[in-house]
Amino acid sequence: MDRSHAPEPAPGSVAGVEETAGVAEPLHRALGLTDEENEAITALLGREGNELETAMFAVMWSEHCSYKSSRVHLRRLPSEGPRVLVGPGENAGVIDAGDGLALAIRIESHNHPSAIEPYQGAATGVGGILRDIFTMGARPIALMDPLRFGPLEDPRSRWIFEGVVRGISGYGNSVGVPTVGGELVFDPTYTGNPLVNVLCLGILPIDRLVLSAASGVGNLAVLLGSRTGRDGIGGASVLASAGFEEGSAAKRPSVQVGDPFEEKRLIEACLELLQSGLVVGIQDLGAAGLTGATSETAGKGNVGMDVDIRSVHLREEGMEPFEIMTSESQERMLAIVTPADLDQVMEVCSRWEVRASVIGKVTGTSSLRVLDGWDGPVLADVPALALGEDRPLYHRPLAAPADLDARRELNALGALRAPGPGESEDDLKSMLMDTGPVWSQYDHQLFLNTVVGPGSDAVVLRLKGPGVNSVDSDPLGRAGSDRGLALSTDGNGRWCSVDPRVGTAWLVAESALNVACGGGEPVALVNCLNFGNPEHPEVMWQLSESIDGMAEACTALSIPVIGGNVSLYNESAGVDIDPTPVVAVLGLVPRLERRPPAVGLVEDQSIILLGARDESQGPGALDGSAWAARRGHRAGALVPVDYEAHAALLGLVAALAVDGLLGGLHDISDGGIALALAEMAVASGVGAAIGGVRDHAELWSEAPSRVLACTADPLGVLDRARAAGVPGLVLGSAGGTRIGVEGLLDLELDEAVGAWRSRLSG
Amino acid sequence: MAATVGVVVFPGSNCEHDAVEAIEALGGTARIVWHGSADLGGLDAVILPGGFAHGDYLRPGAIARFSPVMEAVGEFARSGGPVVGICNGFQVLTEARLLPGALQKNAGLRFLCREATVRVERTDTALTSGTNVGDQLVLSINHFDGNYLADPETRRRLAEEGMVALRYVGNPNGSMDDIAGICNPEGNVVGLMPHPERACDPLTGGTDGAVLIGSLLASAGVRTSY
Repeated sequence: MDRSHAPEPAPGSVAGVEETAGVAEPLHRALGLTDEENEAITALLGREGNELETAMFAVMWSEHCSYKSSRVHLRRLPSEGPRVLVGPGENAGVIDAGDGLALAIRIESHNHPSAIEPYQGAATGVGGILRDIFTMGARPIALMDPLRFGPLEDPRSRWIFEGVVRGISGYGNSVGVPTVGGELVFDPTYTGNPLVNVLCLGILPIDRLVLSAASGVGNLAVLLGSRTGRDGIGGASVLASAGFEEGSAAKRPSVQVGDPFEEKRLIEACLELLQSGLVVGIQDLGAAGLTGATSETAGKGNVGMDVDIRSVHLREEGMEPFEIMTSESQERMLAIVTPADLDQVMEVCSRWEVRASVIGKVTGTSSLRVLDGWDGPVLADVPALALGEDRPLYHRPLAAPADLDARRELNALGALRAPGPGESEDDLKSMLMDTGPVWSQYDHQLFLNTVVGPGSDAVVLRLKGPGVNSVDSDPLGRAGSDRGLALSTDGNGRWCSVDPRVGTAWLVAESALNVACGGGEPVALVNCLNFGNPEHPEVMWQLSESIDGMAEACTALSIPVIGGNVSLYNESAGVDIDPTPVVAVLGLVPRLERRPPAVGLVEDQSIILLGARDESQGPGALDGSAWAARRGHRAGALVPVDYEAHAALLGLVAALAVDGLLGGLHDISDGGIALALAEMAVASGVGAAIGGVRDHAELWSEAPSRVLACTADPLGVLDRARAAGVPGLVLGSAGGTRIGVEGLLDLELDEAVGAWRSRLSG
Repeated sequence: MAATVGVVVFPGSNCEHDAVEAIEALGGTARIVWHGSADLGGLDAVILPGGFAHGDYLRPGAIARFSPVMEAVGEFARSGGPVVGICNGFQVLTEARLLPGALQKNAGLRFLCREATVRVERTDTALTSGTNVGDQLVLSINHFDGNYLADPETRRRLAEEGMVALRYVGNPNGSMDDIAGICNPEGNVVGLMPHPERACDPLTGGTDGAVLIGSLLASAGVRTSY
């Protein structure tokens, strides 16, 4: 199928439905459906869809909701594992964490809304991901935000960056869920199209796990939360499923507005309803609003549903049925309850000051019907399953870039001269960034779980949540709360633009290694796949390659992929972003007797390199590196991950972290050994003097499977490394007022700290 | 019997679980008190925890002061009962006029979640009885509206009657006279912006807050023995 002729929504209209002067086009096209898709709808219904029905199909069959371009590839990801309770396809992935506890996790993008209205775009991204988690019956205990913007020197990028951070801070802090970490990257590829991804993690007693299916003919669908308004009409189809061009401010009405206080009460009310067993099924209203929630709950339960739009509380008069059914107004949930429990449900909602009204009834048919009054005319009548199950599936054409082979030959080591005097010091200073000014705006401590917060390799939290296992009256007592979890989000558009397959494998490897640095054993992965326009064959090739790389790495490292989100059409003015899959690896920490080693150095301790050195000394050592990119070189071939060696390193590092043998620890990734060492030094205010690094290639190489460790017991650590089959080498020691790498780098610690601090505050 | 501390929950409060956890870890008993309740039912002390009561709509604490429970908290405070407002709870106490002054936006116009060092200024209060004047404690602050302000008259009164309980060492938010926490002249009502409940566990926020929560439990216990 070719969508390249599908028109953009008409500028200046709310949902692209209104026609601008002189431009007449069929309704389905204005709503983003192709002619072929419209024919498929006619075939499914046995007649042409009316305006409301067409609008409902348009949102459900949008790229954002239907994954029509990516589904065929996503199937290749491994999703099975001994701990997996819920895999991809539900609101969130869920794993068995032991001790009767489960963890629910999901990551999503809110890229396009954030580009248009940074504060609300980011805020509603937080709100939406929270609902995905408590829909499963889980108490949200942590948020993370991987963020990517254009360069800080670009005023518009700075405006977006600051607005997004304020939006996350304003919503996340107020809604009462700690934002414990994330990523912050500035790169020209994101100038027109920032990436705002949001992850949420929740905890629940396993037996409280609920899914979103409706069941029981005669049961009631109760809409909880905010009134429905005109905000976010068609957000999924207008914003998330098309690229940007000049004048995108006209799409601002498609951005929703968030209310964290409403969401906070909704969380508490829904968790109380779930804990009391008062709901049969529950579903959040996200993209596609009421259409999505009603069709999904009915479809999954193999039942029908009648929805009375007159029973929906509205924000304003005169809303059209299609607006009510596709509005993406925030802070709304749909609960399926039995008539017998309705009074109790209303009582709980009333105590939490949450609006609740019966808007639907489960029927014995398979139809989703929209009614104008319970006994009024039928406005829409569609098979509930058709909106979801019968969504289109595209095998879009994919093609590797024509110059791929030539680019792979261009290795950075051969193409770029070795650095002259002072150059390495400047390179290093340009890469240092203290992210404290961002994360100090987030409450990252609430719930008293944050053992390692933002700014480290992985976040480490206690395995504990209010209403689950935090105080004596909770259902599980304090079971499991002496254990921990580690979590890391990782993306790298630079690696993936050089090689989307190996680059994504590097990401999985890095994320798992970060988790190991926190003492965690990786148990699951979720992903947020940020790519360009899927109608460009090269973008589809990038997506397909990236998924293959992820599948390969996850299979080799036995990390099941339990959920994901695909964000396409990340482009501006016809230029696609660098392929930027973001992965989040979740790990379990068996014991939490002490804090895992910090990203830091301890005076007089030894600095050890753990991991093989071959690849970081080979001809491809600098390909994909920040050092090469700083010189405009973005080509070459990434070295493959040696999974056996990587698995051995993961086990060793996690054990060393838990056993307390290390005074400091940091994985080697962006910026190579140089940046890893400097970050350890500036974070602790302790200098370092090392040697044994062969050349500038090894200094800046980002080849995977290596860490720097700081320890008072180098022989003990080397023994453990030898036993684990991991190469280890003492490079030097911590201390002094300089960051020195013999023959390659010499920088005053104060100067490094100054550069680190001033990056964001300057 | 262990002292029972009531932790008041308004819609939008979010630090109630943390307060309960800290109290129980230090051997006290905690009980959640819903804001709609007009009766404290024999509690030995009250904590108004942090969060965003009523979404901080209008301004922090402005709506919470009208909750039925605040009448009971006021009576409890006037009868000498220990009452501590933490962060949003401090804001509620000022709006309810149980403590003077007000808390405005931080000088940097940013939300701040970070460590702050405070110095103890007065020890005969419900929160600081276990400390010595001059003790320095490292606690977390977590607020947008923590910049304490009072009119000149109140400022003079704070000084004359020794109503400043804690001062920042290195003022993070522009607070007048580095004020981090104040109390009423009797010392039984204390409000502070830093979160002592976040500093009762060496693995998470350090342990400097334990002496403050412990002091509260002690004052609650003293009250029980009357």
